[in-house]
Amino acid sequence: MLVIVSIPIFVLVVAVILYCCWQFRMKPGEELKDGPPIHGNTRLEVVWTTIPAIILLGLVSYSFVVLHDNEKKPAREIEVGVTGQQFAWTFQYPPSVTGGKPVESDQLYLPKGESIRFGLHSKDVIHAFWIPAFRLQEDVVPGITVHYRATPTRLGTYPIVCNLLCGLGHSLMRAQVHVVSETQFKAWLKTRQSATASSGATSTPAAAAG
Amino acid sequence: MAAKFRAPGFYRASWLMVLGVAFSLGLTWLVRMSTGHATFKHYIDGEAILTVSLIAVPLLFLVGIGGFDYWFYWAAGRKTRPEDHSSHGAKTWKDYFRINTDHKVIGIQYTVSSFFFLLVGGLIAMLMRAELAAPGAQFVDANTYNGLFSVHASLLIFLFVIPVFAGLGNFVIPLMIGAPDMAFPRLNALSFWLLPVAGVLMIGSFFAPGGAFADGWTAYAPLSTDAPVGQTFFSLAVQFAGASSIMTALNFLVTIITMRAPGMSFFRMPLLVWANFATSLLVVIATPFIAASQFFVLLDRALGFNFFNAAKGGDVLMYQHVFWFYSHPAVYIMMLPGFGIVSEVIAVKARKPIFGYRMMAFSLLAIVGLGFTVWAHHMFTSGMASWIRIPMAITTAIIAVPTGIKIFSWLATLWRGVLHLDTPMLFALGFLTTFTLGGISGVMLAMIPFDIHVSATYFIVAHIHYVLFGGSLMTIFAGVYYWFPKMTGRMYDERLGKWHFWTTFVFFNATFGPMHILGLQGMPRRVEDYASKFGSLNLAISIMSFALGLSTLIFLYNMVTSWRGGPIAVKNPWRGMTLEWQVSSPPPIFNFDKVPTVVGGPYEYGVPGAVHGTFAPGPTPATVGASGPRQVAGANE
Repeated sequence: MLVIVSIPIFVLVVAVILYCCWQFRMKPGEELKDGPPIHGNTRLEVVWTTIPAIILLGLVSYSFVVLHDNEKKPAREIEVGVTGQQFAWTFQYPPSVTGGKPVESDQLYLPKGESIRFGLHSKDVIHAFWIPAFRLQEDVVPGITVHYRATPTRLGTYPIVCNLLCGLGHSLMRAQVHVVSETQFKAWLKTRQSATASSGATSTPAAAAG
Repeated sequence: MAAKFRAPGFYRASWLMVLGVAFSLGLTWLVRMSTGHATFKHYIDGEAILTVSLIAVPLLFLVGIGGFDYWFYWAAGRKTRPEDHSSHGAKTWKDYFRINTDHKVIGIQYTVSSFFFLLVGGLIAMLMRAELAAPGAQFVDANTYNGLFSVHASLLIFLFVIPVFAGLGNFVIPLMIGAPDMAFPRLNALSFWLLPVAGVLMIGSFFAPGGAFADGWTAYAPLSTDAPVGQTFFSLAVQFAGASSIMTALNFLVTIITMRAPGMSFFRMPLLVWANFATSLLVVIATPFIAASQFFVLLDRALGFNFFNAAKGGDVLMYQHVFWFYSHPAVYIMMLPGFGIVSEVIAVKARKPIFGYRMMAFSLLAIVGLGFTVWAHHMFTSGMASWIRIPMAITTAIIAVPTGIKIFSWLATLWRGVLHLDTPMLFALGFLTTFTLGGISGVMLAMIPFDIHVSATYFIVAHIHYVLFGGSLMTIFAGVYYWFPKMTGRMYDERLGKWHFWTTFVFFNATFGPMHILGLQGMPRRVEDYASKFGSLNLAISIMSFALGLSTLIFLYNMVTSWRGGPIAVKNPWRGMTLEWQVSSPPPIFNFDKVPTVVGGPYEYGVPGAVHGTFAPGPTPATVGASGPRQVAGANE
């Protein structure tokens, strides 16, 4: 959509420049010649003010439709906490998702086709939670919880990238998101629960929200 | 010898700077001792002394070279020492290295020192591209790399693009409006000398303990408030550069409003003057905001104010709002003077009047107004309240309309003209193509769903370089070539100029074009290491960027050799109508031996017998209202 509108405008500008260079360049003997004294043309100026304005408003409206669509609250969604700290990600699955003890992990597992509502917290500076494959990113800001919604639709493993300069290890602040089937997801949660139980680790994702 | 240490100059500056360090040591020691050990572990603290020194030493340097002399004498009730104009016109190179109140000397001081910072910033970019030529660590560690891109951006924004436009404007504007100098010559001299101070602070930060400031030129809190002391260099360098641009903007505004020649109404002003008028409005309104943002960071760092410490009630997002409230208008501060230059070059080189002159002037003012309503489009993914995105996206799209009007009007000016395709014109046309691309990618970024994906990726890096390199720098080159004969009295080498254009244009696109693709594929910016799948494209970009760097050498060689031994320039080599071309090259000491009278528009090319200004015995200054006597007073000062 953007490209369809952009290319003709760029081609138009370049075409006019090239045509002028070819057609109107100074020929030998014209060193002292001047062009015709055309000062303007109101109709033309109105046209090239209104048409771009209409195109732009059209584009903005279209982008709102897409944005509204992307951010619509679905009927059913699960909550996953994301915590950024220099220079690692951790992910929290509350009891409402695990159906038992909460789970914390440094790997993000998501069930395919399920709408996810991420709650983003930072322990130190600002990070940005970006999954290029999902085409979505949002900053992770200390002091507030930022929410962010996505529905993975394709199985696979994709990179998670910190996309806001957060210090020395910024370029290495990476993790993986594994989009798996519903049953695999449940099984993974079970193994994580038993692992946490044995190591005695606890997770308090809400602590950063103050 | 003792007189040398008392007279304004570098001798006096050097002992005053030593005094500045001693003062900082004494002050911090006194404060720490009087508040007791409980707060401060030691009376003598290196970082505290350094922080105070970074304020005291530059100020005392400016006192030393004589930036404040006149006002100090006046304030002390002593006899003031009027300028004797001895260094006007800069007879030797030494006249460029002292406080000099001649706007033409200051213009050259500004332009040359800005280009020095362009070279430093460009060399830093070469180091970055060397590091990015392959995935993994090549030459520098993460901290140094973060320092490199931070200093690169800061130098090129605060010490190249903004001041070089101020420099060209300084030289050209008084000439264009028929004034003998700027309204406040001493303020003008002081505002120039603030720049090298800011530049030395930024470059000097590499020698600070913990390395240069490394949080990008955006210095987002709270990363910047916890960073090593190099960050203080940035916070303070921005204060000096910002003060410089505010002073110059005030000077431009007063000069343009009060010192126009008789007959020069606002709608007879050349568009470069209009553009600098608009830019100065932006600077005066917006620049205090970045000063504030960096003072907040400094107070957080040095004195624990906790403006941005969320755990102590600070507000992290506020930094970004204050910062971008300056830094978005700053984009126009870095572009509008370029629009002015391109208007001059295109009208003269196409031998036609500017198409739709009034709309060109009004669209500048529209950009000034709208420029203050779009800042949060830099924050679409920042976690701010989500409704703010929608009005900001609409205004961002709308601001493309006045910009579009300008582009279409330039195209219409070319139409049916007699195009002289020499170096300034080639750069102006190159600007039109690359800036259009930068503008289009800007409109794309206004579309929130798209921005959410590519924000802070290489797509942004590509966009900003299309706007600031393909946009601003192309117009700067056009302007430097165009006014080179007027500034130096010599002609540049046309053949080398064309080589410079074509190498710059080709390698610019080859360097920054592919970065759009990298961004769309998901390569984040500000990383010294990246996923191996981006390797081959990055290697190609690095090679092209080195060629782009080399193309600058053609420019330098051309400028240096032409200035030293180029053919002598006639007063009006381009057959321009504006007033600066009606006086000798370089112009006389007070610009106009006779006060010009403006009788028509600035771009009446092709109108038989039309002139913009006359030097015929016209009305005497006393009969033409307020502007006349002022000019005479300025000339005799």
